[in-house]
Amino acid sequence: MPDRPDGGGGPEEPRILVFSTNNISDPGIDLAGSSHLHYPPGVVVIGLPCTSGVRPEWVLYAIQRGFDGVFIAADGEECGYLSDCTERSARIFKRAQDLLTEHGLEPRRLKMAAICSVCAEPFVDHIREFSAALAELGPVTAAPVEPGSGGSAPTGLAQVRKGYE
Amino acid sequence: MSDRGEKARTSGRDRPHGNRIGVYICHCGGNISDYVDVERVLEAVKDEPGVAVAKTAMFTCSDATQQEMAEDIREHGLDGLVVASCSPKLHQFTFREVARRAGLNPYQYSQVNIREQCSWAHTDDRAGATDKAIRLVRGGIARTRSSLPLTPLVVDTVPRVLVVGAGVAGLRAALGLAQVGLEVVVVEREAEVGGWVAGLGELYPHGRHGGGLVAGLLDQVRAQPGITLLTGAELVEKSGAFGNFQVEIRQGASRTVRADVGAVIVATGFETYDPPAGEFGRGRPGVVTLPEFQRFLEAGTGALVYEGRPVRSIVYVYCVGSRQGPKAGGGNLYCSRYCCGAAGHLSNRVADRDPAVRQYHLYRDIRTYGNLEAIFTESRNRGSVYIRFDESEPPVVSGDAGAGEPRLKVRVRDLLTAGEELDIRADLVVLVTGMVPRPNEELVRTLKLPVGKDGLFSEIHPKLRPVETVVDGVLICGACQGPKNSSESVASALAAAAQGAAVLKKGYAELDPLVAVVDPERCDDCGQCYPACPFEAIERVPHQGREVASVRRAVCKGCGACVPVCPAAAIDLLGYTDEQIRAMIDGLLKETA
Ligand SMILES: Cc1cc2nc3c(=O)[nH]c(=O)nc-3n(C[C@H](O)[C@H](O)[C@H](O)COP(=O)(O)OP(=O)(O)OC[C@H]3O[C@@H](n4cnc5c(N)ncnc54)[C@H](O)[C@@H]3O)c2cc1C
Repeated sequence: MPDRPDGGGGPEEPRILVFSTNNISDPGIDLAGSSHLHYPPGVVVIGLPCTSGVRPEWVLYAIQRGFDGVFIAADGEECGYLSDCTERSARIFKRAQDLLTEHGLEPRRLKMAAICSVCAEPFVDHIREFSAALAELGPVTAAPVEPGSGGSAPTGLAQVRKGYE
Repeated sequence: MSDRGEKARTSGRDRPHGNRIGVYICHCGGNISDYVDVERVLEAVKDEPGVAVAKTAMFTCSDATQQEMAEDIREHGLDGLVVASCSPKLHQFTFREVARRAGLNPYQYSQVNIREQCSWAHTDDRAGATDKAIRLVRGGIARTRSSLPLTPLVVDTVPRVLVVGAGVAGLRAALGLAQVGLEVVVVEREAEVGGWVAGLGELYPHGRHGGGLVAGLLDQVRAQPGITLLTGAELVEKSGAFGNFQVEIRQGASRTVRADVGAVIVATGFETYDPPAGEFGRGRPGVVTLPEFQRFLEAGTGALVYEGRPVRSIVYVYCVGSRQGPKAGGGNLYCSRYCCGAAGHLSNRVADRDPAVRQYHLYRDIRTYGNLEAIFTESRNRGSVYIRFDESEPPVVSGDAGAGEPRLKVRVRDLLTAGEELDIRADLVVLVTGMVPRPNEELVRTLKLPVGKDGLFSEIHPKLRPVETVVDGVLICGACQGPKNSSESVASALAAAAQGAAVLKKGYAELDPLVAVVDPERCDDCGQCYPACPFEAIERVPHQGREVASVRRAVCKGCGACVPVCPAAAIDLLGYTDEQIRAMIDGLLKETA
């Protein structure tokens, strides 16, 4: 892994992409910050409405493009949309791990845990553990793919208008 | 939007925007800038593709900065806005409004959280936090660049509400709604209204008679011409969407009533826990539940006589059916709230009638919060004895009494006297039974009500949106949502009435446009998305001579659960499209050096 751009020395922390959910796990991650609980700054978050909306292909893409790992901060039993969100998330998790394996990437690069809206400490614990595990695993060896590869074509305005009708 | 759309099409891209973005990075008075070099962040992002204006501000949420953003939007013709400050939970609404006021589509604004999820989480690592902030802002810019101008769906609303359940909660909600000029249809399954309270005698905390309270409410309801009360009736069908539901009610065996309503308030209440035979001696003569005991007290006056035998000693066992943690074998985890107060209150009524009756309260914890504490204090002052037991060693009720003795014996280990084992003789053992969800599968299915793990109906947010469900226009109140005593039930009923009225009195409602859309060109009608949507928002429609899936915008809740199930990648959730997520991933990864 490259050295830190600030020249501060030491190997860079693993880069982790977190998929959170707007109403459940994101407030939990916010609370970690509000409580000044520290975790590695290589962790960045994309918020979605619900864990059941994570496309396995996004997990693959994130790792193929340069993240060392993806953490799904699931809304679990607390999901306000779906009573079977946990089962759906588990299926998505499995498919994403299979995709990673198919592409020669370690399925361990994906981790999932339910993070509730006040689960600040559990989040930080999971992330620290995951970060350490990824550091041990070392960098992704496969060459990164081109931006946008594997993606579906943009949702055009015409299509949106269709959706609105 | 049409002329912009034209321009886009002639330029060969079906997207007229994303090229003139304003980026505002907040110091938050030091909350961010003490830990993140915001000027470095500005330098790093100001030349990102599509950025037309980039600035830092001491407080982006201040009036002055909001004003400046609005001016920039107009002056530079901005078509995208990125604000990097605090959590979207705080100011997303503020900045959406800034965009709207300045004529920018609010859905082309992205909030980037560089406070809770950056500066505050990395107060120990300025270089790391700054690097991360740059990535986060780039992610936000990427997202905005591929955002679409969306408009909320505006629907006309019908000024009428359906209230399901005519307990105190439902009756009080109906009155509240009628008083602000909305029509109400109340549907009650039983022949009589009033739910539990109608059958209760003197209630805590004010000693009012339950039946009398309900009779008074019913008089007021009858005096309102806008309220239609249907008893012996049930909701059997609901169609349409928020603001304009069509409901079908079956009354008795033959009558069907149809109505258009703008919203539905569910106030279907609870049942009390029914202990199976054997639990705490249930099944033995003299072992009664709390409602049975209450009815027994209601039915007589003077000294207590139960089944022909004078009552000299009563044992209460608390938390029966409530707080059944792992030590108690699991089950209902919650506290039922009403029972400590109700049992204490009844023990005081016993003391009113015969102060010589010995009363023993076997409890795990007493939860007489707020003013209910006075009931507990009165009960102790009047001679009730409180004995604490451990949940892993509950009292044992047996009945091996000799002639002329009280029939029952309760053995309990008293935690507060160093674990001494006590045998208490009792004429009556009252199982202080908690609340359990009332079976209502039909209603759950018809309204698509969200049911929590505990079997009770769940709100969107316990603190901030306590009476709304994820189903737009379907509100919940009273004890169907969670254990509540009658004043708490009425308070939530009035909250639901106010929430319903707030929307319906306007006459129209705006629905969030962040819904799923299907690309009909890509959809091959494989059928997988239809069952994936619990809200039945996806329907099959004809498209150029074949059939494809299509999302009913007013019904879609925007969860996105249909997106990953589509093998053709034909479904996108607006605001979180495949293109946006991938662009964000790239933005978040770009080197910062
Ligand atoms: C023994 C006992 C003593 C209590 N003592 C007190 C006290 O002293 N003070 C106090 O404040 N609280 C007391 N409570 C609590 C109080 O009873 C509740 O807070 C109150 O009843 C809650 O009102 P509700 O309208 O939410 O529910 P409910 O009273 O349960 O009313 C719900 C109504 O909805 C109807 N319904 C259900 N499903 C449907 C359907 N599908 N379609 C149509 N109608 C339907 C039911 O028939 C019922 O009429 C006591 C409770 C018990 C059991």
